[in-house]
Amino acid sequence: MLSPEVVDHVARLARLELTDAERDKMAVELSKILDHIEAIQQLDLDGVEPTSHVVDVVNALRADVPHRSLDPEVALASAPEPTPAGFGVPSPGASAE
Amino acid sequence: MSGELLDLSAAAAAAAIRAGELEAGELFELYRARAAADDLNAFIWVADEAPAADGGSPLAGVPLAVKDLFCTEGVPSQSGSKILEDYRPPYTATVVRKLADAGATLLAKTNQDEFAMGSSNENSAYGPVLNPWDRARVPGGSSGGSAAAVAAGLAPWALGTDTGGSIRQPAAFSGIVGLKPTYGACSRFGMIAFASSLDQAGPLTRDVTDAALLLRHMVGQDANDSTSLAFPEEVQLPSRQDLSGVRLGVPEELIGAEGGIEPGVRASFDAALEQAEKLGAIIQPCTLPHAPHALSAYYIIAPAEASANLARFDGVRYGLRVGGDVDLTTMYSRTRAQGFGPEVKRRIMLGTYALSSGYYDAYYGTAQRVRTRIADDFAAAFGSVDFIVTPTAPSTAFELGAKSDDPLAMYLNDFCTVPMSLAGIPAISIPCGLSDGLPVGFQLAGPAFSENRLLDAAYALEQALGFDGSPARNGGAA
Repeated sequence: MLSPEVVDHVARLARLELTDAERDKMAVELSKILDHIEAIQQLDLDGVEPTSHVVDVVNALRADVPHRSLDPEVALASAPEPTPAGFGVPSPGASAE
Repeated sequence: MSGELLDLSAAAAAAAIRAGELEAGELFELYRARAAADDLNAFIWVADEAPAADGGSPLAGVPLAVKDLFCTEGVPSQSGSKILEDYRPPYTATVVRKLADAGATLLAKTNQDEFAMGSSNENSAYGPVLNPWDRARVPGGSSGGSAAAVAAGLAPWALGTDTGGSIRQPAAFSGIVGLKPTYGACSRFGMIAFASSLDQAGPLTRDVTDAALLLRHMVGQDANDSTSLAFPEEVQLPSRQDLSGVRLGVPEELIGAEGGIEPGVRASFDAALEQAEKLGAIIQPCTLPHAPHALSAYYIIAPAEASANLARFDGVRYGLRVGGDVDLTTMYSRTRAQGFGPEVKRRIMLGTYALSSGYYDAYYGTAQRVRTRIADDFAAAFGSVDFIVTPTAPSTAFELGAKSDDPLAMYLNDFCTVPMSLAGIPAISIPCGLSDGLPVGFQLAGPAFSENRLLDAAYALEQALGFDGSPARNGGAA
């Protein structure tokens, strides 16, 4: 069973604010899922290479030629806080790490 | 006339328009009116009026429904999430653009599980979708809106995406055809990402011929997706009438009690195997020793990739922002807390945990090694069989709410579809019969880029099975 401290730590890494009730429920649910999937740790996988990708492609490169991308006003059109300088954000403030 | 029009497959409608026997605008208006009156909640957006259509183009202006998560310029593209409510992207996904270039007209955006995470469509921020065969039941997911729309005749055909079964399982639950292509066959550019090493676009259609026609205009390498590959040949319309000499492998690991295959599903699957045998197929057992572990590997790999992909939803560039008057980190955390639904949060947490310091190798590293084993199992099996066949899902469509409180039970829906996703191989689900009045799906999987052979075999079996999907179009069986 995951402890509340571990759930809080993971939530902080994931930038997710959880209520106490959500945290307790998450601990139960995640533990149940992890108990199920941990079975694969019993398999003999010595010498097996990991697969991160099934497609056998290496570095798709293009010519280093500039091309047009989105105009700034189009890119900023959906932003919650567009500014002349770009995307506006709140101050990092005291939470800056 | 509209009754007859509704009975035309998309390919038949395209042929009639090209022959001058039917107006593209008339067909669009028929479906637009049906989609606008939809009471299954299959759509998130429906076009107001018919776009200009080119009746001489390959797809002849036949209307297309597109899963919400495909970015479509100027049209809501929200991936079923509140965090992207009313987001209208400034560009269009490559496969949607390619289909438009081939003459498809955009009819609607379809409802889906939030960020494609789910097997019932109950995880949508825009409400669940009802199954047209029985409105008390789910249509499957995550491409549930696309499946329900096609099954109910609210759209001639639709685009979906499949990460661990999200095209095939809803196709099975809704009595239609769903194809997950080889990974890399279709560009992922403009698909709002879930798990990038698994996500693949594909067709949900009334029959196998429609799936082939839609796929033909979707495939191809794209400079905007470095994992896309050139399809080695043109996608052909299927024509095969027999299965003479075709070896169908039945993997013991995926058809037994371990996967929770319901007796009615098994009976329908076995009856379809008998039909295949009558067509000349050779049915033989085969083995995929690691397939039972695919689900565990998948539920590490997919959430891990999702936790990284969904980091982009932070209230800065688009979508919801909550707490603009607090500090930056709190704004991120509150925006994500209010913008994401419970299943998405669960998977982000699971993925973040699996990737976190101290756990990475035990979870993610192990899962990647299991993935290698699974791909090797398929490669070995294809040494002695042409296709692998299984039921698409362990059950038929279940009732709304039946599994929503038990994430693990919901994940088990993907037991038969996830192994192919991890191996990156193509697989198709076709309806093979009814169990207690609900459709059962039959899955065929082949080696990478075997789509033409796969479609041909599925077509031959489809003709022999003669599944009748019309009850769902005519208001449902129940």
